[in-house]
Amino acid sequence: MAKKVGIEVSLAVAEAAKLANADVVAAYPITPQTHIVEHLAELVANGELDAAYIPVESEHSAMSACLGSSAVGARTFTATAGQGLELMHEVLYVASAMRLPVVMAVANRALSSPLSVWGDQSDVMAVRDTGWIQLFVENGQETVDNVLCAFRMGEDPRVLLPVMVHLDGFYLSHVIEAVLFPEQSQVDKFLPPFKYPLPLHPDKPLTMGAFAMPVLYSEVKKAQEVNLEAAKEVILECWGEFGKLFGRNYSPVERYRSDDARVLLLTLGGFSETAMTAVDRMQEEGREVGLVRLRLWRPFPFAELRQAVKNAEVLIVLDRAISFGGPGGPVCSEVRSALYGEEKRPKVIGFVGGLGGRDITPAGFEEIVNKGIEIAQKGSDKEFEIYGVRE
Amino acid sequence: MTKPEGELTWKDIDIGAIVTEPGNASQYRTGDWRSERPIFDSKKCIKCGICYIFCPEGCVEQKAEGYFDADLFYCKGCGICARECWTGAITMVAEEE
Repeated sequence: MAKKVGIEVSLAVAEAAKLANADVVAAYPITPQTHIVEHLAELVANGELDAAYIPVESEHSAMSACLGSSAVGARTFTATAGQGLELMHEVLYVASAMRLPVVMAVANRALSSPLSVWGDQSDVMAVRDTGWIQLFVENGQETVDNVLCAFRMGEDPRVLLPVMVHLDGFYLSHVIEAVLFPEQSQVDKFLPPFKYPLPLHPDKPLTMGAFAMPVLYSEVKKAQEVNLEAAKEVILECWGEFGKLFGRNYSPVERYRSDDARVLLLTLGGFSETAMTAVDRMQEEGREVGLVRLRLWRPFPFAELRQAVKNAEVLIVLDRAISFGGPGGPVCSEVRSALYGEEKRPKVIGFVGGLGGRDITPAGFEEIVNKGIEIAQKGSDKEFEIYGVRE
Repeated sequence: MTKPEGELTWKDIDIGAIVTEPGNASQYRTGDWRSERPIFDSKKCIKCGICYIFCPEGCVEQKAEGYFDADLFYCKGCGICARECWTGAITMVAEEE
């Protein structure tokens, strides 16, 4: 029987990596991810998880060690946040281009300066183009489920790509929730052992991450792009299989009371649950406001997004990061671009909010919706609004 | 890789562009980086081999009669051999084409 326990979500992430039977964990602690790697260190030290735990001197080294262990065919896990993710930056591209299916939990955090350990999605958006599969989760159960799914998706021989599981720093990482942990035997059934097709081994020398001249680089990048796009089918298949085995279903674009809604909010991550409360309140008042959430950020779910918003008149996108000097938040910008070619499409209104740990309450989401509708009707001379900022 | 690099399509790329065949760097023509080529004058050459020792590419070879010459498939035209030669037997000349 699966076991339901009250647990801090960070510890639950570590327990999920244990259930997945990770072989190697190379990590550097950083707030608000620290409890994840601390608990993994405990699990390894106590002999509960038979893995090599590599304490490193920086996140750059953490990801580099992860590449090495994944390249020999070891199931590899790590976690980071904020500045740590940025310090890994150049190595992230290497993981995806070398097709090494490292799984990484990211407890999303704001970026300095000023120093902020609190949550937003600036760190995620800066690594948008690194070629990783990227998933967002909204609560403890989704986190555990999707860490397990991440290993299966990434390690599938048709995919072989690294996967980031994004959970909100503090708002999700540090809360205690009721989480249903599946039986080890069920997990083993869902997640077959990792077999890398071309592992590094002294008996069969290989060169990984070699040099490519201009005559070859474009072909390598096209192959990488096709591979990440094609991963979507396997991601869907994986979530489908997970649903069959465990009864919890996930999809690239999640919809909440959105079917008949003329106005839609679009969010990513843990704030979505607060937005749901706001949507409930507004629908009780008879307002036609619904919610769509992007669960799959990369590869971007174009078809599912278009389908989910096609009947709406206004689509209000909340970003928790700023693209400075740009068209608004990165999510809003991509959503607009995805809908631009559609004959029938909603007006897309961009908001940035929830930066550096600033909360958005259900009443706050109602304010965003009201202001968004007003902008849709009357227009605005700004590309986007920053919600809740004191003028 | 069975095809020359310039004929490979994206579908021919191995997983992660991993090179599965060791030693294939020898197929890489570094000679086309060259803007000057070394000309060896056998009348001045004393067969000491200093050019062979100093060549960073390892592309200078001793020929049958004991004189030296560079393999232009690999020679990058750095000119170190010409600078080091005791007798001035090596001259760097511009690649015209």
